[in-house]
Amino acid sequence: MIIVAHLITSFIASAGFGILFNAPRRDLVHSGLVGMFGWILYYTLTTHEMDIVPATVLGAMLVAVLSQVFARFRKTPIIIFNISGIIPLVPGGVAYDAMQHFVENDYFTGVQLSAQVMLLSGGIAIGLMFSEVINQIIRKFPARR
Amino acid sequence: MKEHITIVKVCLLAGKIMLKSGAETSRVEDTMNRIAAAYDLENVQSYATPTAINFSIGVATETNFLRINNRSTDLHKIAVVNHISRQITAGELDAREALRTIKHIDDKKLHFPGWVQIIAAAFVSGSFAYMFGGTWPDVLPAFIAGAAGFAGMIACDRLVDIRFVSEFLGGFIIGILAVAFLHYGFGASLDRVIIGAVMPMVPGVPITNAVRDLMAGHLVAGLSKGVEAGLTAFAIGAGIALVFGLV
Repeated sequence: MIIVAHLITSFIASAGFGILFNAPRRDLVHSGLVGMFGWILYYTLTTHEMDIVPATVLGAMLVAVLSQVFARFRKTPIIIFNISGIIPLVPGGVAYDAMQHFVENDYFTGVQLSAQVMLLSGGIAIGLMFSEVINQIIRKFPARR
Repeated sequence: MKEHITIVKVCLLAGKIMLKSGAETSRVEDTMNRIAAAYDLENVQSYATPTAINFSIGVATETNFLRINNRSTDLHKIAVVNHISRQITAGELDAREALRTIKHIDDKKLHFPGWVQIIAAAFVSGSFAYMFGGTWPDVLPAFIAGAAGFAGMIACDRLVDIRFVSEFLGGFIIGILAVAFLHYGFGASLDRVIIGAVMPMVPGVPITNAVRDLMAGHLVAGLSKGVEAGLTAFAIGAGIALVFGLV
């Protein structure tokens, strides 16, 4: 039941961000789906007591792979799907939280949270890059033979 | 020679639209290089930062420069420019035609109307309030506060040129509404309501893009994007902290 609620809310969140980022209308549902799968993977991993950083990396990888597939399939640039897709994973809330602690003079927690923001965004970048690397290798392989 | 000027214009304009729409730096430079290569120009040099593009068609020729002022995220325009650059590489568009189409795109407004964006922001806020560990009673306050904050930010953005002010105002509205809702017994957790409501404004994607740019070797672009994102987070955080200070 909780999973279903998470599926629905993460779909709405990603597709809604698709509207805020002005994604083409016909791709909104797909960006929502990409975000949904990424978030569900992350959510299941963290509820099974995985640390949030590796869970984010894996979630971002799934997002990247799905975006790659959709981009091929629908002949649009990959950025449309992966930007809306990583939205649930992205550490915007943590960044805000960190700043909130800074302006309330709680520098200790602020620095801690900022470090977490760096790790999380680095993790997402690595996850996205990983699938790009695989894609490049696959593309280059037949050319060499 | 006149042909060359048209090609440079096409490249610069394509780069400008993509940068303004929030594409990654490497994608911008790559697109410009591809377009130039499709028109048989070799040794093209392009250099993009979030605020400017440098472009020259050879090593010892003149350099062209373009200033970028406003940036936002507009995936639709990125998709359209990408499509045109594909057409150019396939040899379907000559330079003059390409320039005309691309100018047309630059002038066009492909945005969703403001009210649709506000509704989307409301749904995003409600969803995130639940996803980030809130309970169902938190969803409706976050829904309303998120919509109001985002609407306030858009409205202020049209009046004032400084981004910081509108983001600060957005944070402030969200803070006041969230505190009021909790005071009158709507919603269970103040933290969750606020986190959900600020999500449409918060710079999660810019932070991630900054790190991606840094990893791809675009050091200047990555650092400046990171600072911009940090400033946005600071504006929102300060707006909400002001509410806590007042209450």
